[in-house]
Amino acid sequence: MISRVRLNCRGLLAGLFVLALTIPAGAAPSGPPIRIGGTLALTGPLAPTALLHKIAGDVYIDELNKANGLLGRPVEWVLLDDQSKPDLTRSLYEKLLTVDKVDLLMGPYATSGILAAMSVAQRYQKVYIHHSFGMPHLAKYEMHFPTAAFGPEPNVTLPTTVFNSLAATANPPKTVAILTSKFPSAQFQSAGAKEVAEKRGLKVVLYLEYEFGTRDWGALAARVKDAKPDFLWVGALGLDGNQLLEAMKKLDYTPPRHFHLFPAPGPMVVAPDGNLALSSTVFEEHPPFMNNPGAAKLVPLFRERATKANVPYPHVDTQVAGSFAAWQVLEAAVTATKSIDDKALGQWLRANRVPTIIGTLRFDGPNNYGEDLFKVKQVQDGKWVVVWPKEFAAPGARLLPP
Amino acid sequence: MPSLTLLGQALVSGVLAGGIYGLLALGLSLSWGLLRLVNLAHFALALLGAYLTYQLGTALHMSPWLAAAAIVPGFFLLGCGLHAVFAYFRVTEFTSLLVTFGLTVILESLLQWFWTADYRRYETPYATASLRVGPLFVPVLEMLACLTAAALALATWAWLRFTYVGKALRASAEDPAMAAAFGVNHRRQAFLLSGVSAAYAGVAGTFIALISTLAPAQIWAWVGVVFAVVIIGGLANPIGALLAGLLIGVSESITMAVVTPAWAPLVSFSVLIVILLVRPGRV
Repeated sequence: MISRVRLNCRGLLAGLFVLALTIPAGAAPSGPPIRIGGTLALTGPLAPTALLHKIAGDVYIDELNKANGLLGRPVEWVLLDDQSKPDLTRSLYEKLLTVDKVDLLMGPYATSGILAAMSVAQRYQKVYIHHSFGMPHLAKYEMHFPTAAFGPEPNVTLPTTVFNSLAATANPPKTVAILTSKFPSAQFQSAGAKEVAEKRGLKVVLYLEYEFGTRDWGALAARVKDAKPDFLWVGALGLDGNQLLEAMKKLDYTPPRHFHLFPAPGPMVVAPDGNLALSSTVFEEHPPFMNNPGAAKLVPLFRERATKANVPYPHVDTQVAGSFAAWQVLEAAVTATKSIDDKALGQWLRANRVPTIIGTLRFDGPNNYGEDLFKVKQVQDGKWVVVWPKEFAAPGARLLPP
Repeated sequence: MPSLTLLGQALVSGVLAGGIYGLLALGLSLSWGLLRLVNLAHFALALLGAYLTYQLGTALHMSPWLAAAAIVPGFFLLGCGLHAVFAYFRVTEFTSLLVTFGLTVILESLLQWFWTADYRRYETPYATASLRVGPLFVPVLEMLACLTAAALALATWAWLRFTYVGKALRASAEDPAMAAAFGVNHRRQAFLLSGVSAAYAGVAGTFIALISTLAPAQIWAWVGVVFAVVIIGGLANPIGALLAGLLIGVSESITMAVVTPAWAPLVSFSVLIVILLVRPGRV
């Protein structure tokens, strides 16, 4: 009898031990939620990319809450639709702080919206982490923390990286055509590309700016074809690059090499004319990026959620990785300071480096920017692969000539 | 100085873009001019048609032309249904702007709910096909859209000018009381016209699916320029809508080729302002 009781006790202990192994390490979060407010362009022209940021945020918060939340409390993301309008973005951040009374902020997508809401964050002295701001020289607020790792001068550093990658090939370009959207960050970085190209002795045979939302690409394609550049830089947002390539194809022309600044990654990969297209990135789903423990965990989760959400290209690249990095930075600061006090968080972030999915970020440079972490990627065999710098290139990949 | 080839190519591109503007403007011009309904939902219907073409093509592998054959009659019925709602609530010219704006927002949300905000591209083997004419290239799909716009504009013009229904519609738009005194049943004909306008949106949608990449917010991309086309072309004037579309398309394209692309959006509204100054009272 006694031995049976002992056996049962042993079995119970073993059962409890197995159960303990299967549940997450931290206790379930409890207490009032920490409310993090933000907006995304859930509708309007920026919605296709903002959707990816929403999925990334949902994934991250679910994972946080499955573990121990923040400071043992559950996390609630109060997310509003800014309709891709900077003016509305500003008003919504004001509402988040004064009506919804959120504890912390997360930035919107993209440059114009981030800049619009930055003034609100500054007025209320809130820590303002954001993931997709392309004009670092305009971000003067001391408590903004960018995870779009452009560095302080992306108008110089990014084009330099791109032209370095081309210069390392057997037939570097001698002439360049630059077409850019007038969307602020795209125009800013493309204007920089023109200066960098000229300083390097390349001949800029065409420089054109077009309105965000241009419909007719035929005339633009004809001008590029007429200019016959060795290399085409497109200050593209979303589908601009695809539409331009398609319009050029209709004129029986494809530029020898073409770079697209902020393309929609999926459509470019599947487009018949997208092969060998170049772009910039901070993350792609291959080594060495996937060696990052955060990436190994978050990438499959994102893929699963994006596939369920019927997203045609359910992969993690610059935008999604930037979003994950923003949440990682916020989590790191709250965890390290054991606080949601904005001043404490801000001071900690300025003084510390934060390991993220896109690499280690620091915020102690000009306007809180650290290094430019952007690399050059290329569409090869229906996939984006990093090709430059060599130490970040996908195994066996190199920049392919036209 | 741009080369002659560049100018020629810009001209071709402008004419073809103008054809699309004309195609989109046709239904809007008819409902505004003859029914006194400013139907903003026309753009949402066109994009719905585009998404349906995409869905039928990608999910059921239905050819776009077969898809159009199913969508166009469906949209005719949808247009009749919409008109029943407008008639029931006695929607006026001014309130139609508000009502159809609301409808457009609802349709945009529905598109986004079903197809997500992400881009959709209907890849076809002939997407980049072009005809070569000397040094110039004429994209086949845009040319088909332009020819369809021209054919529909001519057919609609003939319908309005030579048939009893067309004359009755014009008479009702000009003087409803007098037309009714002559036995014109405006109510029944309004249903017909509303159906036709929506069917034209379906036709435009098929071409948009073949030519463009789709995103729900694209609804708003066309509104400004197509309104300008409708007003420049004259309300209820199908040939005018087509010609105005061509005028705007060519002006934009030449501006892009000769000056700078950033100025192109100014062109449609500059032309509109000039025309309203020279010929006020077009609305």
